[in-house]
Amino acid sequence: MLAADLVRQGQHVMTVCNSCRYCEAYCPVFPAMEDRLTFAKRDLTYLANLCHNCGECLYACQYAPPHEFGINVPRTLAEIRVASYEEYCWPPALGGAFRRQPLLTALSLAAGLALLILLARAFSGDEPGPGDFYGVVPHHVMVTLFSVVALFVVVALAMACARFWRDVSPSVRLKPDPAHKDGPNPANRERKAQNGKRSMQGIVDALTLRHLHDAGADCTDAEERRGPWRRWLHHCTFYGFALCFASTSVAAVYHLLLGWRAPYAYTSLPVVLGTAGGLGLLVGPAGLLAIRQVRDEALADPAQRGLDLSFIAMLFVTSFTGLVLMALRDGRFMPPLLVVHLASVLALFLMLPYGKFVHGIYRMAALIKFARESDRRT
Amino acid sequence: MHDAPTDVLTDTYSEVEYFGDLMRVTEGRTNEQLTRMVVRASADCPAWLRRFGARLQPSLRGTLHLGRTNAFFLGGGKALMNSYYAAAERRGVSVHYDTEVVSLDIVDGRFCGATVRRPGGDTAIRARTLVLASGGFESNLEWLKEIWGDAADNFIIRGTPYNRGTMLKQMIACGAQSIGDPTECHAIAVDARAPKFDGGIVTRLDSVPFGIVVNARGERFYDEGEDFWPKRYAIWGRLIARQPDQIAYSIVDAKTSGAFMPSVFPPMVATSIRELAVLLGLGADTLEATVAAFNRGVRPGSFDHTVLDGCRTEGLAPDKTHWAQPIDTPPFWGYPLRPGITFTYLGLKVDERARVLMADGQPAANIFAAGEIMAGNILGKGYVGGVGMTIGTVFGRIAGREAASHVGG
Repeated sequence: MLAADLVRQGQHVMTVCNSCRYCEAYCPVFPAMEDRLTFAKRDLTYLANLCHNCGECLYACQYAPPHEFGINVPRTLAEIRVASYEEYCWPPALGGAFRRQPLLTALSLAAGLALLILLARAFSGDEPGPGDFYGVVPHHVMVTLFSVVALFVVVALAMACARFWRDVSPSVRLKPDPAHKDGPNPANRERKAQNGKRSMQGIVDALTLRHLHDAGADCTDAEERRGPWRRWLHHCTFYGFALCFASTSVAAVYHLLLGWRAPYAYTSLPVVLGTAGGLGLLVGPAGLLAIRQVRDEALADPAQRGLDLSFIAMLFVTSFTGLVLMALRDGRFMPPLLVVHLASVLALFLMLPYGKFVHGIYRMAALIKFARESDRRT
Repeated sequence: MHDAPTDVLTDTYSEVEYFGDLMRVTEGRTNEQLTRMVVRASADCPAWLRRFGARLQPSLRGTLHLGRTNAFFLGGGKALMNSYYAAAERRGVSVHYDTEVVSLDIVDGRFCGATVRRPGGDTAIRARTLVLASGGFESNLEWLKEIWGDAADNFIIRGTPYNRGTMLKQMIACGAQSIGDPTECHAIAVDARAPKFDGGIVTRLDSVPFGIVVNARGERFYDEGEDFWPKRYAIWGRLIARQPDQIAYSIVDAKTSGAFMPSVFPPMVATSIRELAVLLGLGADTLEATVAAFNRGVRPGSFDHTVLDGCRTEGLAPDKTHWAQPIDTPPFWGYPLRPGITFTYLGLKVDERARVLMADGQPAANIFAAGEIMAGNILGKGYVGGVGMTIGTVFGRIAGREAASHVGG
């Protein structure tokens, strides 16, 4: 929950920023702030999720500590951001998960392992042959298990996103036009079309991480220390994730539509996609972890260490076990490796709506809103 | 100045116009030769400072009228300084922070060394040349009191607490020629709740032309609508400094909400003028009478704060000559105002090579000055937005080059 004192702190920061405005061209947070004269909770939530934590505004700020105003925009917005993850989480009862991340991640991993071991015990054939994954956990069991989890994850994320969107972006319908008193105002339709176009801009901005390098330089790790690595490693992570997802989708098509059964050749599309994605998911999270360790602590909310590290660790473990499994799939360690890999995928998925992953959902929603508001700023 | 639009500046700002602006605001209290030099050299300042990592942005929203004449530093002055320090360190320059020069060793107009104060104690250092870039004396409250008396207790210093004028005073004592009125400072109206030092840009208040300003007695004392705010911005510090207790109150009504840049401090809000008077600590009867008289004096007109409109009062002393609208729509907002000092005008006289001129009219061999400590050579009076940065950049480059060639030669 966004505590009252955090709201007050956010309002204090934004009020100082709004009467200074020198950071205007760093990122969307400041132009979006200037569109507002007062900062209600929902405005702070929106601004906090627009912030990419590039850090520039802390070093530029003459009101940063030790100044008595004590302005630290990146940290304050980071604190508000995690509070918003809790606030919009679905089901709401699980909001506390964001504060107990390492424990819950470990628990879901353990639960995943236990479940997979049980399933393997119950269904496994006598002696699964080389690469015979379905000899360890039958295909229908795997599909059922992951479909149920995936469905739940999609619903939870969609609900959270909807709750966020409803709050930060209350729908505004134009009043019926007297000239069209029988129907809705045609301006509504026009605006809808425009919104569609602008939403694309927001999505592109999110997918390219445009605001981590849009102000004429890369983002900062510390005062006057800039580099493209945070952005590239995030790309490795995100697109690695996307490639792994694509690999699974292609494999599903192979299996269900074409009747081609795993394991697939090393040169096959699912394996190539999965390998590339898995490598991205090794390099990306490892690099992001390294950057996090050397990054100026003033930019981060120390309370979110567990949140960040848990997600990084789960991504790494998942891709690592996946790659090892692929390499050793014909050997005798395949069954335990498969169990460990499936358990980590399961744990990763279960934690998606309750961990760092959600930042991407809210960030994209905030960027879409920012793009849609662009006519306010012309 | 620029002769064609750039990525961060619109239109053109010619040498003639920039020079003319400086001649106008200084009313001729300027060294024309140095001023012309600064104006010309300003053209390639953006490219130069970008070489050292500074980034520029077009004029900020809310200051659109400056888009032709002023480029803004992305992130402001501190971001600029960060990039300069980083650039200097990359070139092997060592910077001693928390180190104050407390005295200069000057023999016959020649700099020999200085005593510096660090947290550990005082140390004497020897050096072959000196560039003074230590600003004016606006943070030296004792010095301000010598000029302004007890009124100075109520002044707010907009910038750092470190501009104490120690070097300035010492150089003058060592026989350097001074320039600029020693009693003058640039002062604007800032929110009275601002910190004593370093409140910077966020404490300024742009509400003055939108309503009335009264003093501690609840009476108006100057034409709030005399001219556009940027042009009149700088007289209000002085005006308030002359009022009892150096305080004044800007009062606007709900009609003007959102029309001026927000202030960092919330307005005092009341549903009646009486209630507002109580909040501001003013006599309720006088304030009501002042507002009523003002409202009666307002002549009909069509309000437009972007032009010198025809909305004025008649029969008041003083009249408000533009943007006069009755203050009649609650809620009423009040902001307390105090004089906020931006800089002082007293400085060291320099030649075109940034050398400090000594009493005999000869330039000191190895002492150079740049920035606010010598800005009075160009800006003997008044202010043009951004000119302090221009003088600092142009003379900083000259002083650095001259000092380096002095050491090298």
